[in-house]
Amino acid sequence: MRGRAVLAAVALAALGLPWVTPAYHVLLMLPFMAYAVVLLGLNLLFGHAGLVSFGHALFIGIGAYTGAFLTTHTPVRSLEVILVGAAVLGAAAAALVGALCVRYVKIYFGMLTLAFGMLFYTFLLKFYRLTGGDEGMRVLRPSLLGLSLDAMPKTQYLAGPYYYYSLAVLALATLVMWRIVHSPFGLCLRTTRDNPAKAEALGLGVTRYRWYAFVISGVYAAVGGALLGPPTGNVDPTLAYWTQSGNIVFMTLLGGFASFFGPVLGAFVFIFLQDTVMSVVVYWRLIFGALLAVIVIFAPGGLMGLFGRNRAVEVSRT
Amino acid sequence: MSFKAARLVAEALLDASLLVAGQVELGAYTGVSAVTAFTSAGGPPALFIVPLAVAGLLVGLVGIVVERGLLRFVYDRDESFQLLLTFALVLMMEDVIRMTWGTAPRSTGGLYLVYGQARLLDATVPVYNLIVIAASLLIALAIGWLLTRTAFGRIIRASADNREMAEALGVDMGRLYVRVFTLGTVLGTLGGALVIPSTAAMSEMGIELIVEAFAVVVIGGLGSMRGAFVGALVVGVLRALAIAVYPELEMLVIYLIVIVVLLLRPRGLFGSAA
Repeated sequence: MRGRAVLAAVALAALGLPWVTPAYHVLLMLPFMAYAVVLLGLNLLFGHAGLVSFGHALFIGIGAYTGAFLTTHTPVRSLEVILVGAAVLGAAAAALVGALCVRYVKIYFGMLTLAFGMLFYTFLLKFYRLTGGDEGMRVLRPSLLGLSLDAMPKTQYLAGPYYYYSLAVLALATLVMWRIVHSPFGLCLRTTRDNPAKAEALGLGVTRYRWYAFVISGVYAAVGGALLGPPTGNVDPTLAYWTQSGNIVFMTLLGGFASFFGPVLGAFVFIFLQDTVMSVVVYWRLIFGALLAVIVIFAPGGLMGLFGRNRAVEVSRT
Repeated sequence: MSFKAARLVAEALLDASLLVAGQVELGAYTGVSAVTAFTSAGGPPALFIVPLAVAGLLVGLVGIVVERGLLRFVYDRDESFQLLLTFALVLMMEDVIRMTWGTAPRSTGGLYLVYGQARLLDATVPVYNLIVIAASLLIALAIGWLLTRTAFGRIIRASADNREMAEALGVDMGRLYVRVFTLGTVLGTLGGALVIPSTAAMSEMGIELIVEAFAVVVIGGLGSMRGAFVGALVVGVLRALAIAVYPELEMLVIYLIVIVVLLLRPRGLFGSAA
């Protein structure tokens, strides 16, 4: 019950936030919510299937560029259409990439996803007629639920309607992922992680389950990526760069991959901590790298593992 | 071609492969600094390769600190955690490089052509390239000799095959790991230093190299020296062809080959049954 109370309090705080905090912090919530969607999907792969992808920036890039392409090259402005388009493209790309990657596990899976991520990054850089090269593309302000809000000042648009829209998408994504994780499918997925040989013997197609998880995580990453574009009004290839893939794994681990809400917490702490550190010193990577090293060595359960109830946090499998 | 030394590392140390990206950059920048210091101190330009190689070798010893200070804590964890720890190290290393050398690419200026050029079959090749090719071959042979012909190499292979058995037979794993790891980082920094005269030190050079090295290994087949050699040849020739025909495809073509190889021969061209 305590969990529900906390969840309700967090939801209320998120709903009331734009009225009580300065616009600056409300705007910081936008990338947080986009990354939270990405991480919910990534953790299905990381936490539940036991596969660490170092290439999920690929799907973030697909989602972000879908929004940019649709708003600048076609008359489409509707964010709903953009999100659905991003999800479809993300699913298609993840189905292809996943089919190749899930045959491998551990380090080879990580390196192979990294290679695919870099492939897409190179594509974004080199095919500048389509993608704008290293300058990227503009994302025109999307309409929300059919309402064109072009007349509204930018900050008001982002801190108002866009904020609540992102929040709704995050809530929906959370709900769907909760159902997935707690379904028989989620249970089977964890079985393939903990004992693939036994799962296979019980008749579960291990690679098929991994592939499903990969595709779902690709869809989530693409939807999250599509939400990242409008706040800055611009997308560029760094969204799909490999350090981006590393950062989202970092966020997952920071919050705690063994807990359902761990990755969301990780995204929140990462975004706001990064903002604080960057305002003091430019070398945030040095500090974050050290932080990540400390987490990996001393607290592999992440923040949830440290402060949450002592759930069975299973981390070291040898 | 000059990347061969680093490619070897990538094969030997796939576990720490992300880290090698940082090592290559570290070696590259240190090499530039060493050469600049050497020439401004009045050293003869023709000898610039000496401080370059020495700097590459010495800075690689940072591997001892990294292994003893960080990596040894996660050996009994899931491999994914090792990968993450190396990512943490790369993040830190990139900022250390930025703090020390700034963000602009660094190069050794005109020293690349100090040895002149040679004509080979109607093509002009800088002599420096030939020196690096010779050095890479030498290093490759030395590593091959070390792994297959010495007691140390036998212990490495035995431990890779069956760690518990090797430990039971009296192999000190801690000492073995720190040696193998440092050997890997030294090769990484040396490779980074040697490639510098022909290009410039940049913060993106490491990861591109690692992905390319991975492509080589996948194409050739894991754990096969012959495969790595053929893979390197395939990747090198295809890149050169792509640049001549349709430059946008330069890197893409490598990934396409990787995908095709994975589809048709998942173990690579020369891979043994894993």
